[in-house]
Amino acid sequence: MLRKSGLTGALLAAMTVFAAPAHAEWALNMTKGVTELSGEIYSLHMTIFWWCVAIGIFVFGWMILSLVKYRKSQGAVPDTTMVHSTKAEIIWTVLPVLILIVMAVPAARTLIKLEDASNTELTIRVTAYQWKWQYEYMDSGVTFFSSLSRESDAARQLDSGIDPASVPHYLLSVDNPLVVPVGKKVRLLLTSQDVIHAWWVPALAIKKDAIPGFINEMWFQILPDKAGIYRGQCAELCGRDHGFMPIVVDARSPADFAAWIAQHKTPTSN
Amino acid sequence: MAHSATDTHADHDHHGPAKGFIRRWVMATNHKDIGTMYLVFAGIMFFIGGAMAMVIRAELFKPGLQFLDPQLFNSMTTMHALFMIFGGVMPAWVGLANWMIPMQVGAPDMALPRLNNFSFWILPFAFLLLISTLFVPGGSPAGGWTLYPPLSVQGGDSLPMAIFAIHMMGISSILGSINVIVTLMNMRAPGVTLLRMPLFCWTWLITAYLLILVMPVLAGAVTMLLTDHFFGTTFFSASGGGDPVLFQHVFWFFGHPEVYILILPAFGVVSEVIPTFSRKPLFGFESMVYATASIGFLSFIVWAHHMFTVGMPLAGQMFFMLTTMLIAVPTGVKVFNWSATMWKGSISFEPPMLFAIAFLFLFTIGGFSGLMLAMVPADFQYQDTYFVVAHFHYVLVPGSIFSIIAGIYYWLPKWSGHMYNMKLAKWHFWLSAIFVNVLFFPQHFLGLAGMPRRIPDYSTQFSDWNAVSSIGAFGFGLSQLLFPIAIWQCVRGGVQATDRVWEGAHGLEWELPSPAPYHSWGTPPSLEVINRGSVH
Repeated sequence: MLRKSGLTGALLAAMTVFAAPAHAEWALNMTKGVTELSGEIYSLHMTIFWWCVAIGIFVFGWMILSLVKYRKSQGAVPDTTMVHSTKAEIIWTVLPVLILIVMAVPAARTLIKLEDASNTELTIRVTAYQWKWQYEYMDSGVTFFSSLSRESDAARQLDSGIDPASVPHYLLSVDNPLVVPVGKKVRLLLTSQDVIHAWWVPALAIKKDAIPGFINEMWFQILPDKAGIYRGQCAELCGRDHGFMPIVVDARSPADFAAWIAQHKTPTSN
Repeated sequence: MAHSATDTHADHDHHGPAKGFIRRWVMATNHKDIGTMYLVFAGIMFFIGGAMAMVIRAELFKPGLQFLDPQLFNSMTTMHALFMIFGGVMPAWVGLANWMIPMQVGAPDMALPRLNNFSFWILPFAFLLLISTLFVPGGSPAGGWTLYPPLSVQGGDSLPMAIFAIHMMGISSILGSINVIVTLMNMRAPGVTLLRMPLFCWTWLITAYLLILVMPVLAGAVTMLLTDHFFGTTFFSASGGGDPVLFQHVFWFFGHPEVYILILPAFGVVSEVIPTFSRKPLFGFESMVYATASIGFLSFIVWAHHMFTVGMPLAGQMFFMLTTMLIAVPTGVKVFNWSATMWKGSISFEPPMLFAIAFLFLFTIGGFSGLMLAMVPADFQYQDTYFVVAHFHYVLVPGSIFSIIAGIYYWLPKWSGHMYNMKLAKWHFWLSAIFVNVLFFPQHFLGLAGMPRRIPDYSTQFSDWNAVSSIGAFGFGLSQLLFPIAIWQCVRGGVQATDRVWEGAHGLEWELPSPAPYHSWGTPPSLEVINRGSVH
């Protein structure tokens, strides 16, 4: 009885650990994120993970059992006739195929949803530069650059003498964050002016390359109750300061977003 | 043990090693001498590449930049990969092939000895050229070993030097592969049929075909980079009608078979070591051969899973997701066959077996993360993070490198004629097996928590696991110093090894005396010897 509750406790502890938020130190797992699809991707990730754990328990269990049971030092005598079994080989070919099909179905379903960028309500053009981002709100004409915040930039210099721990959101803060409304389907059009970059915010679970001369498209829709600040980074090696071009998304209520747009619209744009 | 090979050895005494450094080594044509040079070269490259890894992990030990300019950090990651892949793992496999293939198929030497000499001696020049880029204006290549344009063509003088070095490595690999194929097809002793070849020969045969098929593709891709940079072509530049993503497709058409080039011979070594120390023939020999061939074939139709984030059409993403998942099937067959080989065996734990067991467990973990990476929607979260770094280091370090170590500990007594210091080798094993996990396992967590790869500095939330990983790296790096010590001691002397060396060893190489004669099989082994040596 005691052993059983101990086991349950350990399992619960393991599950709590896996549910820990990404921004905690010693973080072990990705977060559920703040969009419907990021939640789906999280469950897909966990499903595959648990399948791997199950297969691992079986395969490693088998190996460990062999290593314990059939030791020469314990007087094990080899069964040299056991060299082939068509039945076993069919089973361990067909069974993995079935497991793969079971895994492929939800993955394909989520992928189809991810690729459906129809009916978006707001379009923002994202242009990557070495090493900053430019955001342009296609509907209102608001446009600005977003680069690493000054505090982080000062601290990240070689032998700066500034303790990174003293800088709030070291390397993950910018001068001008990307402001977006919650609850609306926002489309990003990605391109680059120099080399290939990649735009990634883990909480939105989208990542795509910004490629010079081409336009890539992706979208997200933050859940209505998930206003807040979400941070990410360039994810494709883009040269010397690749590690220093963060992304900050400031998700606000539609009303606050409209007010922000009105405030930042230049008189010439309509 | 009296047999034909010993007599032949006596006849050929005047054909022993030539005297003098130049005549023995520079003009070497003997498969063992060339194999030794390949292995020593690979060892040196492992330690240079390893030193670069130590520099990387030292910088990443805590947040903030302490030692390196970011550009130099990028050079280190780029050069670490090039040295480890092209300088370490690939030459180590060619070295093992040189030593073992003639001995395993009953041949006196490789089929093309002078070609063999040439393919080796290209390599030191290629790597001298590559490492000299550290001292040219602008520094060595820093755009990653994948050399993606337009970033890679921003490089200075190092670009043409690196490309020429890659061309030379490619020529060396192709020549080495031709030699392996010709040897396996023409030099097998009568009675050693294709399906009686040991799995190390089989996996190398398939590897050699992969090499011949894909090295020219890499050469083509980097040559187009060169002409884009110097001769005004625009293969990879949209401003002239080209496409940067085209390079990625061509590169990974080479690059994915390349990762199997690094791992297939490992499957071969493990398939020899596990039966020996389980005292039981390999389970499902033929299915192992077919599984290897299927993996070889599948490796050509999965390349775009390295680039799911470039913006491919839905159908393309689906195709590459499904083909990638399929790889799990033949790989699973192999893991199950190895497990079944141990089942009902009589297992002992000598150093080669310890490394092979670590391979089984840790390569499987790398396989699991590979399966996770195949799921495209989840891959959008994993792509270009430390999760990927953890994945490919699990398949390359405890996968390829542990098998190289297992192979050397397995065959070293046959080569040198002495047993090595078992205690030292076991220390080497336990320290490696523990530290490799301290080093790479936390990188899974870092990736899932959102840390991109190839960054010299990181946000403070990633500090803890990075510190753990760096400690693991220093421990792993230091433990590897035991390996050359163990080998050196063994070459210098030690307990005389028997011909069979290991109680459960089967195969033609164990029918030769220890150390093996300079010209392995002067006369082909008799059918009786072949049958005794045959493992299946």
